[in-house]
Amino acid sequence: MADLNPGDAIPELRTTPDKYLPHRYAGASGDFNPIHIDPEFAKAVGLPNTILHGLYMMGLVARSATDIAGGDPKALKRLSVQFRGMGAPETEIVVSGTVKAVDGDTVTLDTVAAQGENQTIRNAEAEVQVA
Amino acid sequence: MTVKTEAIGKEWPATTYEVGKEKIREYATVIGLDNPVYFDREAARAAGYRDVVAPPMFAVVYSSPAVGPAMFDDEVGMNFAAMVHGGQEFEWGEPACSGDEITTTAKCLDISEKDGKGFYIFETNAVNQNGDQVARGTWTLIVRGV
Repeated sequence: MADLNPGDAIPELRTTPDKYLPHRYAGASGDFNPIHIDPEFAKAVGLPNTILHGLYMMGLVARSATDIAGGDPKALKRLSVQFRGMGAPETEIVVSGTVKAVDGDTVTLDTVAAQGENQTIRNAEAEVQVA
Repeated sequence: MTVKTEAIGKEWPATTYEVGKEKIREYATVIGLDNPVYFDREAARAAGYRDVVAPPMFAVVYSSPAVGPAMFDDEVGMNFAAMVHGGQEFEWGEPACSGDEITTTAKCLDISEKDGKGFYIFETNAVNQNGDQVARGTWTLIVRGV
């Protein structure tokens, strides 16, 4: 991996989950909470519509973090996130981040996942081994 | 109303999960991962893994079954209708590969109340069939209006 220094931006990850993404994530993860897959249920509990799984968006943050180590899964040592906004299907998600610290082979990233101004994941801190 | 705190320190029975190649494919595809180590046995072995390897966040797939009984425990007493997932952390050790049998235990680390919200923190500890730690998770669940 090219030299990374504190303050450097990491490459942005952009993806637009389609209408049925939450159904596929539910199947893949086993989380069938109806707020993610049933619009009528979601509206009945006061949500605007079905919302994305927070852990799906955390999966995208993890993907973005491993990308700086060439996509090697064992490079990601730790990831801590706070879920803040609700994510919506059919809206582009942008995962962006900066290098917070570099200690030998270990790079600490500070990452955000957002849909427009809505930051769905904030204060995501990832430790990635880049050697 | 205040949160109940007697469940702090409580541990729940372990759950086991056998990691499968096609489940890894399904998960990796949804997340948009394209590294062949998630799909192709030969590519995974060439990269030094025992078999097709699970993406790090696959930890939720094998750890969640351990958290369920903790969340639904009457001693914890969470109001699900007002619950949101506030935060999540994982620390990874040995990679999880297809064929691994992962055993996960869950423990209640803390229950507290602040500004009318209940904060429920659970820890999961996942080990493989050799006793190696695979992932340690910290799950922060927030209940509004306690």
